[in-house]
Amino acid sequence: MSTEFFVRMLVPWGKAASAESKELRRYRLIWWRTVMLTLAVALMPLVVMAGVNYYLFRKSLQSDLQHQISQDLSNISRSIEAVIEERVSALRLVIREHDPATLTADDVETTLANLQASFGGFVDLGLIDRHGIQVHYSGPYSLEGHNYADEDWFHQVRLRGIYVSDVFLGHRHLPHFVVVVRQRDYLLRATVDMQLLHRQVFIPDSRPSDDVFLVNQTGVLQTNSRFHGKILEACPLPVPPYSPDPQISESMEESAIPSFLGSSYVTNTPFIIIVVRRAANVLGEWLRHSTEMVAFLLVSAVLIVIVVLWSMTATVERIRAADLSRLQMFRNVEYTSKMATIGRLAASVAHEVNNPMAIINEKAGLLQDLIRSSPDYPNREKVLRSLDGIVRSVERCGTVTHRLLGFTRRLKSRREEIDLRLLVTEVLGFLEKEAMHRSIDIQTDFAENTPRIMSDRGQLEEVLLNILNNAFGATENGGRISISVHADERDRVVINVADNGCGIAKEDLDHIFEPFFSTKGEFGTGLGLCITYELVRKVGGTIGVWSERGSGTRFTVTLPLDMERPLE
Amino acid sequence: MESIKVLLIDDEEEFISTLLERLEFRGIAAKAFTTGAEALDHLKREHFDAVVADLKMPGIDGMEIKRTVEREYPDTKVLLVTGHGGRESGDEEAEFDILMKPFGIEALLEWIRGAVGNP
Repeated sequence: MSTEFFVRMLVPWGKAASAESKELRRYRLIWWRTVMLTLAVALMPLVVMAGVNYYLFRKSLQSDLQHQISQDLSNISRSIEAVIEERVSALRLVIREHDPATLTADDVETTLANLQASFGGFVDLGLIDRHGIQVHYSGPYSLEGHNYADEDWFHQVRLRGIYVSDVFLGHRHLPHFVVVVRQRDYLLRATVDMQLLHRQVFIPDSRPSDDVFLVNQTGVLQTNSRFHGKILEACPLPVPPYSPDPQISESMEESAIPSFLGSSYVTNTPFIIIVVRRAANVLGEWLRHSTEMVAFLLVSAVLIVIVVLWSMTATVERIRAADLSRLQMFRNVEYTSKMATIGRLAASVAHEVNNPMAIINEKAGLLQDLIRSSPDYPNREKVLRSLDGIVRSVERCGTVTHRLLGFTRRLKSRREEIDLRLLVTEVLGFLEKEAMHRSIDIQTDFAENTPRIMSDRGQLEEVLLNILNNAFGATENGGRISISVHADERDRVVINVADNGCGIAKEDLDHIFEPFFSTKGEFGTGLGLCITYELVRKVGGTIGVWSERGSGTRFTVTLPLDMERPLE
Repeated sequence: MESIKVLLIDDEEEFISTLLERLEFRGIAAKAFTTGAEALDHLKREHFDAVVADLKMPGIDGMEIKRTVEREYPDTKVLLVTGHGGRESGDEEAEFDILMKPFGIEALLEWIRGAVGNP
C-alpha cells in the first residue's frame, strides 16, 4: 500500500488542486470543517487527560523538590549552628574556667594552641577588657592594646553576651569571621577561618544546576556561590525577610524550568542560608515515568485521526455522488422537456408549411398540364423544365416535413409481442449487401435470457435502421459494428449498437438528437436521430449515446417489457 | 362508361380550385366546396364515386364527413388528405386512407382509380 493510497483514502480533499472549480472548493471546505470539528471533539478528552496528568506530575515533582530543599536547609542550618555553637562553647569554657583578670599573655597563647589542636578553625584569640582594650592577643598579627570600644559589636556583645560577626577579609585577605563571648566585664574574641563553614554549606545530592550559599542580612555573600557571585560580593537575590522557620518560594529567575529558592536564618548568627534548586526537565521526567499512558494516548489519537479522516472522506464523497446524481437527473429532465419543445415546434412549423406547399404543387401542376396540352406555347420546353424544378423542390420539402411529423409509416401504432433478437436479425438483413460490399464486420451478441416484449414493430424497425445507418455512415470500409441484446437487472431490454468509426465530438454529442443537427454536411437531413429519439420515447424507452473521437460510438436503447408501461 | 365523379372538400380555396381544374383536365368530373356543411348538403342531391376531404377544417372536419358519408352513402369512397400531424387529429383506432400534403396528382389518381375500380 503506497502513500498515494492513504492520501486517496484519507485526505483527498486536503489540498486544493491547481485549477479548482467552485463545486470542488465547496466540498473541500465541507471536508475541512467536519474533519476539524470532529477531530477537535474526539481529541479533546485525550488532550485534557494528558494535560491533567502532566500537571499532577509536575506538582508532585515540585513538592518533592520543596521537601528536599527544606531538608537541605535544616541540615545545613543544623551543622552551621553546631559548628558555631562548638566554638562559642569552647570560648565560654575557657573564659569561665579561668578568671579573665588573671589570664596572662602566655595563657592566651596556650589556650589558642589548645583550641586549634582540639577544635580547629581558630586563627587568633584575644582578651578584651571592659574599656574595649585588647589586653592580650595571640595570633599572626600584633593587635595587643588595640581599642575596640567604638566597634558596634563591642556594645552588642556587652548586651547579649555573645556575638558572631559577618565574614570579612581582614589583614591576611582570607575570609574569616569573629566570635566573641563575654564573662562579666571581659570579652574573649576569636577569629575563625571561613573554611570551617564552607565545609558545611553543601547539598548531598546536588545537581550542576543547584546552588547553595550564605548571605548576611545586608545581602553580601558570605561564601562562594555557583551562579550568584563570589564571596563578599553583593548577592543579586533579594534578602529574604526574617522568619524563624525555613522559607521556600518559587524563584522568579527563569520561567522555562521551574526553580525554587529556600532560605533559612541561622540562629545567633548573621548568616542566612540560601538554596536554589532547579527542577529537572519536567517534560522528560514525565515522559519517562508515564510511558504506557503516553503510548496509549498516542495510539488512540492516531486511531481517532485515521477513523475520522476515513469516515469524513467517505461521507463527503457520498454527498458529492448524491449531488452529482441529482444534478444529472435535473439535466435529464431538462433535456427531455427541451426535446419535447423542439419536437412540437418542428411539427407545427412543418404543418404550417405543408398547406402552402400543396397549393404551390397544384398551381405548378396545373401550369404543367396547360402547357403540355398547348404545343405552340412560347418557350414551352424552358417553362416546363422550370415547372418540373418547382414540383421536385416541393417534393423535397414534403419529404422533410413528412419525416418531421413522423408520418413515415402509418398513423396508428400497433402493439404486439416481439422477439428483439429476430427483429434485429431482420433489420440487419436489409443492410447485409452494403456490409458485404464495404467488408464491414458485423458482430451480434444476443443473450439467451432476452424476454419478448410488447411493442411496436414498425417503430422499432425504424429506430434500429436509423441507428445502424448512422453506424454505417461513421464506419470506414473494413470497420466493425457490434450489436448486442440483453435483459438488464431491472427487467428492461437493452440494445447496444457500437461502431469503431470516427466518433462524435464532445460538443456535438449534446445536440445529436435535435432536429436539423447533422455532421454529415449536405448528405443528411439532420432528422434521423431526432425521429429515432421520438420513436424510442413513443414506445416507452430511452436512448443514450457514448462516443469518443477516434474510437467509436455506442448507442444504447433501453426498452420496457411493455410499451404501455414506459420507463420514465 | 360514365366518367368518375369526385367531390373535393378543403378550406384552402386556392388549393381546391386548382386541384379541381387538374382533375377535370384528366377527365374526372369534380366539384369542390370549402366547407363540410355545403358539401354534405350537396351530396344529398348528387351522387359521387369518391370524396376527397381535408382532415382538419373549421366546422365539420374530414373525420366527420368520412363517418357521415360511409354511413349514408356506402357506395362512395372517402380519402382524407392533411398537412397536419396524424394522431391528434382523429380516431386512433380507425384504419383509413390518408394522403399527406403536398402530394403528386398521380398518387391521388391512383387512389381514385383503385377505389372506384374495385367497389
